[in-house]
Amino acid sequence: MKLEIKGLKAKIEDTPILNGIDLTMESGQIHALMGPNGSGKSTLSNVIFGHPSYEVTGGEILVDGENILEMETHERARLGLFMAFQYPVEIPGVTVGRFLKRAAEIRFGEEDFKAAAFIKELRSWLDFMNMDQNFINRYLNEGFSGGEKKRMEVLQMLMLKPSFAVMDETDSGLDIDALRIVANGLNELRGDAFGAMVITHYQRILDYIKPDFVHIMYKGTIVTSGGRELVETLEERGYDWVRKQHGIEEEEEEVVHEH
Amino acid sequence: MSTEQEQVKVEDYKYGFHYPDESVFKTEKGLNEEVIHAISDHKGEPDWMREFRLESLKTFRAKPMPNWGGDLSDIDFDDIYYYAKPSEKQYDSWDDVPAAIKETYDRLGIPEAERKYLAGVGAQYDSEMVYHNIQQELKDKGVIFTDPETAVREHPDLVRKFFGTVIPYSDNKFAALNSAVWSGGSFVYIPPGVHVDVPLQAYFRINSQNFGQFERTLIIADKGSFVHYVEGCTAPVFATDSLHSAVVEIVALEGARVRYSTIQNWSSDVYNLVTKRGVAYKDATVEWVDGNLGSKRTMKYPSVWLMGEGAHGEILSIAFGGKGQEQDTGGKCVHCASNTSSVITSKSISKDGGIASYRGQIKVEPGLTNVRSHVECDALILDPESKSNTYPYMDIMSDDVSIEHEARVSKISEEQLFYLTSRGMDEEEASTMIVNGFLDPLVKQLPMEYAVELNRLIELEMEGSVG
Repeated sequence: MKLEIKGLKAKIEDTPILNGIDLTMESGQIHALMGPNGSGKSTLSNVIFGHPSYEVTGGEILVDGENILEMETHERARLGLFMAFQYPVEIPGVTVGRFLKRAAEIRFGEEDFKAAAFIKELRSWLDFMNMDQNFINRYLNEGFSGGEKKRMEVLQMLMLKPSFAVMDETDSGLDIDALRIVANGLNELRGDAFGAMVITHYQRILDYIKPDFVHIMYKGTIVTSGGRELVETLEERGYDWVRKQHGIEEEEEEVVHEH
Repeated sequence: MSTEQEQVKVEDYKYGFHYPDESVFKTEKGLNEEVIHAISDHKGEPDWMREFRLESLKTFRAKPMPNWGGDLSDIDFDDIYYYAKPSEKQYDSWDDVPAAIKETYDRLGIPEAERKYLAGVGAQYDSEMVYHNIQQELKDKGVIFTDPETAVREHPDLVRKFFGTVIPYSDNKFAALNSAVWSGGSFVYIPPGVHVDVPLQAYFRINSQNFGQFERTLIIADKGSFVHYVEGCTAPVFATDSLHSAVVEIVALEGARVRYSTIQNWSSDVYNLVTKRGVAYKDATVEWVDGNLGSKRTMKYPSVWLMGEGAHGEILSIAFGGKGQEQDTGGKCVHCASNTSSVITSKSISKDGGIASYRGQIKVEPGLTNVRSHVECDALILDPESKSNTYPYMDIMSDDVSIEHEARVSKISEEQLFYLTSRGMDEEEASTMIVNGFLDPLVKQLPMEYAVELNRLIELEMEGSVG
C-alpha cells in the first residue's frame, strides 16, 4: 500500500492545525513522526481516518493513487488502514472477543473466517503481549489501565494485520517493559506487507523500533525529514534546535490546538 | 385452509403479517353489559365470575383515565372488539389446530421452540387460548398449566382463593377493564417443593383489526417451588389501533421462587397497558424480566409486594422507544416486612424521536427493620430528537432502611463511533454494537434463546437508523 499525503491542510472549528503536509509512505517502511505537543501529529492521524471534528481545507490523501478524503471512516479501514489510538475509548458491554471477531470478519472476509483459528490466534497474541486470557471476555477497554489499553491496540493490530498502521503515541505513559512489548508487537508484523507511521515525542521507543524514516513536525508542517540519525540529533539538541533552525517563535505555541 | 394472505406493509416488523379474520364468534364493537354476558355465556362461567365481571365493568366506567404517563386520548373504547373466539375448541396437538392459526405460530417459531426448550406452551389467538400442552412428567407431579377458563371449571377452589387478590379490579382503570372482559391467558399452579427446570411459555397473538386482547394470567407457586414463565407477544401491522390490556398476578408462597420473563414486541399501533404484580411471602422471590419493544404506547410497571421476612423482589426492565413510540415503564417494590430486599434495574433506549421513561416506586411500610433496596436506571439516547425521562418515587416510612438510587443518561459518543468505524464497521453496525453492549448486562440474565432474539430485535430497530 502506498499512502501519499499531499499539501494537506486541516482545521478544527476555526483553528488551522495542519498547514500543508507532504508525506509519502509505503508498506514495508516504518516512519517515525516526531514533534512536540501541539505540533499537529494526532490531528494528522485523525484526519487520515476521517474524524468528524476536523475539516480538511486543502490537499489530498491518496491510497494507491485513490483519494480517500471523500470516504467514510469504515471504508478507509477496509482498505487496510489501521490506527492505534492514543486514547482508546471504552465500549461498555462489548467484549474484546466479540468486537475483534467482527473486526476480523470484516478484514479477512466472512466466508474465510474460521472461529476456531481466530480464537487460537487471539490466545497466542494475548500471551505474546503478556496479557491475561480473560481479556477475551472483558468489555472493550472498560476499566483497563492506561498500559492495558495500549497493549489492546497493538493486540488488535496483530490480529488485523493492516497494510499500513498509524500508531498515535502508543508509547506515552508506558514503562520500559510495556514499551518493549509494544515495540515487539510492531516488529512482529514488520515485513513487505506492513508499514507504519509511529507518532511519538520521545526517542525511547525508537531504540526498539528502528524506523527507516524520521520526520519532524512543527506547527502543522513537516519541518525536516531524514534517516535514523535525525533521532540522535534531536536527542542531543532538543526541539529548541528545530525551532532555531526554522525561526519559530516559542510563545506562539499556545494557539496550537492538540486534539 | 385459506391461502389468501393480505399483504400489509410490515417495514422492519417481521411479525406484521396477518391472516383473514375467521373467528367463529365475535361480539359487536364497544363495551356494555351485553358484551359481558355474551363472553360469560360463551365460556359457560359460574355466576360468581359473571358477577365479578359486571362489578369490574362498573368500576371501569367510574374510574377516570390516568392523567400521567403516556397520552392515551386516542383510545376509543367504543371502536374496539372486546371478544373474538378464533376456534371452537382448544387443542393439545399442533396438528389439530386450524390451519391458518397453526401457520401463524409456525411463522413465529413456537412449535419448534416447544420441542427444543420448553416444558409447556400455551398459545393465544385473539381472545382464546387455541393450544395448550405441558410435558406429561410435570402433569404427573401435579403441575397445572392451562387457560384460566379451564381453571375456573376444574380448579374453582384455587382460582377463587387467589384470582383478583393480587390485583383487585379496583386497582386501576385498565385492571378493571381486564377484569370485566378478560379472556384467555394462563393459569399456573406449582405444587409444594416442585422445581420446573425448563420454562413454561405462553404466546399471545393479536390477529384481528381494532381488537382488544385482555388475557389474564395467574401463577401460584406453592411452598418451596420454582417456575420460570416466559411470555411473548406480537400483532400484525394495521393502520388502526389495537389495545392490549393484560393482568398478571403472581403468588409466591413461603420459600417459592417465580421468574417471569417477557420480551414484548408489539407492532407500532398497539396500546400496551398492562398491570403485573407479584406477592412474595416469607423467604420467597419474585423476579420480573420485562422487555418492551414496539407498541405505540406502553404503560407497564411490574411490581413485587414483599409480604414476609426474607422475601426478595427483582425487576429488570428493558425499553426501546422508537419512532412514534412512548415506553413508560419501570417497576415498583413495596416492602411490608422486615429483612426484605429489592432490586430494580432499568435500561432504556430512545431513538428517532421516541420517548423512554422510567417510572418506579420504592415503598417501605412503617415499623420495619433491615430493609434494602437498590434502584438503577440507565438511559441511552441515540439522537437529539429522542427523549428519556426518569420518575423515581420513594415512600419510606421506616428508619432502618438502606435505599440506593442511581440514574445515568448517556449518548453514543462520536469517539465511540469513530473508534468502531476505524475498525471497519459502518456507522449503523457500530451504533447497534454500542446499543447491544449497553443492554448486555441485562441480556446475560435472559435464557439464551431470548438473548439471541432480543439482540436480533435490536438490530432490526437499528436498521436504517443512520442516514
